[in-house]
Amino acid sequence: MVDVPYDAIADAPPAEVAEVELYHPKSWWTHYVFSQDAKVIAIQYSLTASAIGLVALVLSWLMRLQLGFPGTFSFIDANQYLQFITMHGMIMVIYLLTALFLGGFGNYLIPLMVGARDMVFPYVNMLSYWVYLLAVVVLASTFFVPGGPTGAGWTLYPPQAILSGTPGQDWGIILMLVSLILFIIGFTMGGLNYVVTVLQARTRGMTLMRMPLTVWGIFTATVMALLAFPALFVASVMMLFDRTLGTSFFMPALVEMGQQMKYSGGSPILFQHLFWFFGHPEVYIVALPAFGIVSDLISTHARKNIFGYRMMVWAIVGIGALSFVVWAHHMYVSGMHPQFGFFFATTTLIIAIPTAIKVYNWVLTLWRGDIHLTVPMLFALGFIITFVNGGLTGLFLGNVVVDVPLSDTMFVVAHFHMVMGVAPIMVVLGAIYHWYPKVTGRMLDDWLGKFHFWVTFLGAYLIFFPMHYLGLLGIPRRYHDIGEVAFIPPSAHQLNAFITVVALTVGFAQMVFLFNLVWSLFKGRPSGGNPWRATTLEWQTPETPPGHGNWGKELPVVYRWAYDYSVPGAAQDFIPQNQPRGATQAVHGAAS
Amino acid sequence: MSAIILFLAVIAVIVGWWLSQQRLTSKPWLEEDPIGDFPGTGAMTLPAAKIGLGVFLAVASSLFALFISAYSMRMNMVDWRALPVPGLLWFNTGVLVLSSVALQWAQVAARRNDMDSVIVGLCAGGASAITFLVGQLFAWQQLSVAGYFVASNPANSFFYLITATHGLHLMGGLVALGRTTAKVWRGAEMTQVRLSVELCAIYWHFLLLVWLVLLGLLTGWTDGFVDICRQLLS
Repeated sequence: MVDVPYDAIADAPPAEVAEVELYHPKSWWTHYVFSQDAKVIAIQYSLTASAIGLVALVLSWLMRLQLGFPGTFSFIDANQYLQFITMHGMIMVIYLLTALFLGGFGNYLIPLMVGARDMVFPYVNMLSYWVYLLAVVVLASTFFVPGGPTGAGWTLYPPQAILSGTPGQDWGIILMLVSLILFIIGFTMGGLNYVVTVLQARTRGMTLMRMPLTVWGIFTATVMALLAFPALFVASVMMLFDRTLGTSFFMPALVEMGQQMKYSGGSPILFQHLFWFFGHPEVYIVALPAFGIVSDLISTHARKNIFGYRMMVWAIVGIGALSFVVWAHHMYVSGMHPQFGFFFATTTLIIAIPTAIKVYNWVLTLWRGDIHLTVPMLFALGFIITFVNGGLTGLFLGNVVVDVPLSDTMFVVAHFHMVMGVAPIMVVLGAIYHWYPKVTGRMLDDWLGKFHFWVTFLGAYLIFFPMHYLGLLGIPRRYHDIGEVAFIPPSAHQLNAFITVVALTVGFAQMVFLFNLVWSLFKGRPSGGNPWRATTLEWQTPETPPGHGNWGKELPVVYRWAYDYSVPGAAQDFIPQNQPRGATQAVHGAAS
Repeated sequence: MSAIILFLAVIAVIVGWWLSQQRLTSKPWLEEDPIGDFPGTGAMTLPAAKIGLGVFLAVASSLFALFISAYSMRMNMVDWRALPVPGLLWFNTGVLVLSSVALQWAQVAARRNDMDSVIVGLCAGGASAITFLVGQLFAWQQLSVAGYFVASNPANSFFYLITATHGLHLMGGLVALGRTTAKVWRGAEMTQVRLSVELCAIYWHFLLLVWLVLLGLLTGWTDGFVDICRQLLS
């Protein structure tokens, strides 16, 4: 972009900054509430996302109660069931996972891992959180407005989303769309920060190829999100116009209750294109940070350098690019031209290649590693297994001919919960166990953590494995009550009851986790600065939890990549990134 | 969806070019530097704010490209009736060009350390931008007086929606421009405002470019061009 001769020193941020250049909180309010410190914003994002996520968890219990024991719970009627489905999906995908990975982990880890003092635009970063909070409040308020939240399904397909047969047609759908618009505005503010911080605020010696894969994952996901979320923005604004001003962007001419409606000629398929143009990249917006984080967890807890670092980076970038040309595989049953189906099935299956590279590399990192079965490692292993499972059923659904009969059955529910629900949540939980000591200075309780892992991991399989079978039987998704139908055997009903019991049990295990988070904050074992003996910069801060400005007086200097574990001849089994050559007896290149 | 795919292809080329400069084929596991010696990070010499604006322009372009995609898909439906474009839009376009020129002038003046011209440029740019927005409102009014309401036809809906989105982006720009002008007014040093003036000018040129594309779309000028592209593709 510029022709200025290259100068490593001049282009790196100065090691020391003048006091005036750092943001300084002056009161309790600007320290903990209206804070511009990325670490505080990260915690705010995480707590808000977790709180609304808990609401979505409770909604899933209510849905399971209805599915497992239909007719028993009179307070769940068909309308409410649809509302629970919609809110559960929307909250989990957007307000929990996207916000947690990018707003939470992104804010905390990017500046620390690349050796920056803070994000480059702290004020905009603060605004990002407050707009996000507003979006969450607007979303939550729909539970209390007349008519309740929208029950259109998380995809909000028109025309049904705004017709009077759908619950939440009065206020629910309007507030839902407003909330999405706010979320996207808030995210864009945060996203600009994450991208520019990675581009410009890396410390001396931190080349792109020395960045931990966590940063690569979050960075690429943010770039994708910045380009993909506008599609949801456009779709939301246009639907809001259709609902409030009576335009016909998406609404076809139709008759409702015997009355010809004022709409004419709109295209519901247009909405589907816009929605999935966002919706498919969204899968990878959640998955790529998870890929990155899990790479770091595996490498650290197996005491071994990540296998094929370069391939991992290329695969992340490749997946990011490919994910923009597969969106219509969500629309195989929308009546599109068969040749489009062929094209999108092909691109979908091609994504399996970089994804498989990543899985092989994780497995090969584990191969002959010094595996410590710590709680973060357990969750990382749980992720790999779950992701492979969910990915394989993705190959089924990516094929048009297989997808057509399976579409709208429980098989789809099982697939995306495995690959996009359980797998990323495994990483989120593993990452919390991994970085909690850095955030708080205390370890989470190990025994409670292992209990939490095993119940969650085994429970998730007991919940979602049988769902594949239910789907193959032909049991449809989104049905409040499947009733007595000839093709559904009684055993299927028993299986549904079983799934419900397990789901409640897994939910209980999450309460144990919450207890662990709070209890360890006060009573946990002090962790010290680097309890996992990790190489990356965030573990080398002078203070734990990291103080204001992260690095004390001088920024760290990076002399090596992020994965120098078990280097032959080295004094310890890890060499931090800020340790120069000669400070250990490391043999150059012997690790490879 | 061809407009957004085309836009993403452009972005992919830019990203690919940038990545190709980043030594992605290096073998970081073989690199181990002695103390005090480290490679450059590959960061750009541009200020962070400028890169931030660049990234934002990519996001905004993505938004407009998606609107254009939706527009071109929707206009092929049978109920589409193109609306007459008010002649006022040509005047507004001229004013927006003036606005862009004024800010460019302010930017050049800022480089020459000519503070008086900077103030004139900023004020002229801001005034003509506001004139443009008022002109757009009048155009809306002319249309609704003539019976072209927002919901009466999808062509009208798109016209109002797209011009409103563009106008909102310009209003956001006016906030930044207002802050810059206030800084200059309070007697800030040239070094403190030079970057702000430059960023405003870049943003204005971007919005002018977007407006010209949108105008071509709304007046149907680009139809012929789109047809040629379509024939080439098929």
